[in-house]
Amino acid sequence: MTDPKTLSPPSLETHVAAHDKTFLDANELVINMGPQHPATHGVLRVILRLDGEKVLGLECVIGYLHRGVEKIAENRTYTMFNPYVDRMDYVAAVSNGLGYCEAVEKLLSVEAPPRAQYIRVILTELNRIASHQLWLGTHALDIGAITPLFYTFRDREEILKIFEKYCGARLTTHAFRIGGLQYEAYDGFEKDVKDFVKFVRPKIDEYEELLTTNRIWVERTKKVGVISSKDCIALGVTGPVLRASGVKWDIRKALPYANYKNFDFEIPTGQNGDTYDRYIVRMIEMRQSLRIIEQAVGGIPEGPVMAKVPKVMKPPVGEVYHSIEAPKGELGYFIVSDGSTQPYRIRVRPPSFVNLQALDLMCRGQLVADVIAVIGTLDIVLGEVDR
Amino acid sequence: MGALLQYIQSYLSSDKTPGAAGNFFWATVYILLVFLGLSVAVIAMNWLERKILAHMQVRLGPMRVGPHGLLQPIADAIKLLLKEDIMPAEADGLVFWTAPLIVVLAAFTVFVVVPFGPAHAITDMNIGILFMLGVSSLSVLGIVMAGWASNSHYPLMGALRSSAQMVSYEVAMGLAVVSVIIMTSLNDQGTGTLSMIGIVQSQMAQGEWFVFKFFPLGLIGFAIFAIAMVAETNRAPFDLPEAESELTAGFHTEYSGFRWSLFFLAEYSAMIAVSSIAVTLWLGGWLRPFPNWLHGATWDLIFSLVPGITFLLLGAITFFNVVRMPKHPLFKIQTIGLAGFGAVLGLIGLLLFLPPVRDRVGDIFWFSAKVAGFMYLYIWYRGTFPRYRFDQLMKVGWKVLLPTGLGLLILTAGVGMRTEIWKAIQGATQR
Repeated sequence: MTDPKTLSPPSLETHVAAHDKTFLDANELVINMGPQHPATHGVLRVILRLDGEKVLGLECVIGYLHRGVEKIAENRTYTMFNPYVDRMDYVAAVSNGLGYCEAVEKLLSVEAPPRAQYIRVILTELNRIASHQLWLGTHALDIGAITPLFYTFRDREEILKIFEKYCGARLTTHAFRIGGLQYEAYDGFEKDVKDFVKFVRPKIDEYEELLTTNRIWVERTKKVGVISSKDCIALGVTGPVLRASGVKWDIRKALPYANYKNFDFEIPTGQNGDTYDRYIVRMIEMRQSLRIIEQAVGGIPEGPVMAKVPKVMKPPVGEVYHSIEAPKGELGYFIVSDGSTQPYRIRVRPPSFVNLQALDLMCRGQLVADVIAVIGTLDIVLGEVDR
Repeated sequence: MGALLQYIQSYLSSDKTPGAAGNFFWATVYILLVFLGLSVAVIAMNWLERKILAHMQVRLGPMRVGPHGLLQPIADAIKLLLKEDIMPAEADGLVFWTAPLIVVLAAFTVFVVVPFGPAHAITDMNIGILFMLGVSSLSVLGIVMAGWASNSHYPLMGALRSSAQMVSYEVAMGLAVVSVIIMTSLNDQGTGTLSMIGIVQSQMAQGEWFVFKFFPLGLIGFAIFAIAMVAETNRAPFDLPEAESELTAGFHTEYSGFRWSLFFLAEYSAMIAVSSIAVTLWLGGWLRPFPNWLHGATWDLIFSLVPGITFLLLGAITFFNVVRMPKHPLFKIQTIGLAGFGAVLGLIGLLLFLPPVRDRVGDIFWFSAKVAGFMYLYIWYRGTFPRYRFDQLMKVGWKVLLPTGLGLLILTAGVGMRTEIWKAIQGATQR
């Protein structure tokens, strides 16, 4: 593995110094993009150093949405903390919940019953599609195509309806409980999911029709924000960004959790590690998620949805790290228990935060318009970056 | 008094434009009419763009202010007029103040030579098309001034982008225009014309719109112009100067209220202006479709009924929507209003069937209809395309459109002079 220090191109200072010596060279322009900017996906602040339109370097300033989630966890019981994790990646709240519940279950050495596992997989994969749809809409909007946003939001609505019917909430669902599910799937859940799969397949084709072969889209995304697999691994970048660089790493396959090993699906990978490849990878991922959902919804076993879990949870002293493949990458929970009802420490490894580190590397030497495209393609959610 | 009346009446027998006939009274009337018509067109365009774009994007668009949001542009205009007019403390006051004026002035002045009919123009200049291109490119000045005077980074970058873009696309645009000027000279006298009216008249004389002339040369020229004009007006997919997701609003980020609305007005009237150039140069201006193929008194009559039928259809669509309005008493006023609007459209339609009216408005109708087609294209582009990046935009302008335009120019000239060239070759071989 490469040392991260060797990744960075020649340092900014030497670059600027070399430029300053030349006659006619204007001073570099420092532009403050955000925290209130239409394309920084929330409250990300990027300080850009520009030479005309060319990016010499950038610095991310984060923390505008910091709520101290990890600290809050130390003052809550394990059950009480569960809804808080929904507020990190609020676009993929179900995945967050799955990661947390499974981590605590690992600590408690309980396992959710098979029926709960199936419903968990269905909801999580639906959430993955919803997250990718939101990514596609906003990413396309950043690049200037305004129409896909409305198409994706229209179709995402159907997923949110299923969530709402299941647990009453649409966004911050708090869908899972430690040890299984609180609610049995509602009547007609299977039919709703099957209908959705049938409904959304042609819609994904519709998005692709607008973008995949569109000359402007291809020109705007090919060879933009390239990151090699080596750099990805060195920086800890995961998720579709890593896969688009050609690394076949998906925790659903590599370290199977829930009951993903029962399902047949493929991991799409790209070769060039550019924005276009990441786009294609995510589009294929949506279809693969549909495949998983189809398999899961056909085989939901009967049985309870909740394992036997003590009312007052006092996990044994120890620590656990559990990670899942969230829509944005590896989402990990590191929980230290001191044997009391409250966790001693919870540390979250959010994919957005780690992936955001690659922004500087991916943007150097590119144009301002590419910075927007790269921020979009990294698919960050600031709630998760700042926690 | 009598002399004044005589002065006013003296123009009525003339078949020239008031400017060319030197009649100041009618010139003023025409200026007012064009200004009024343009303002109405911009307001209508505002509403139509929002509605059409909304329907492309599976949403409804404005629905609250008036039936189907028909009064939304008026509400917006009132809002903009009443808003606080903010000038940034660090801005260069005079330049900040002048910039929108220059932009709006340039956008409106070009309509002096736009020919809505053989005599329906404010004036007929012998350098009409040059005047239009020249004055419309003045708006770059206003945009650069706006970006500079705002004393802020995003407007400055927007202004730089926009000036580079407009200057480079004007070159390709000019080449496409010259190919049309060559086509106008293909008559017995060999005299071309730069007059907007003259260009349309030479299309009439040659019996075909220039878009079909020397197929596909005319079409290529038209395509170059159609691409360049979108870039020239800073609209999607070439809307980098005001790229919302990158530069927030580009050169008018710091503008608000009435000043901002001037930029808005200028943008839309510039769109109408360049579309008018395209219509005049390639699509036969005010000429009705197929003047040579479907000629004769019967066809003339049929085509003269089209304006009336169009308005009747619009009225019918409106009434269809009146029927579909919710029956709740809350919607009573809206329903009545929409019915009134439909009735006005229908009345206009009926009015357009009257023989004296019908003969006079035909030209204006066909011209406006063609321009409206371009306006629809603008909206369609906006709903479909992502945005070009700056370097790609320059690449398209300089490496694709410019060489194509040059080649087109040479080919058009060559094909236009084919008999002369052939004779010269024969002469050379005989000797």
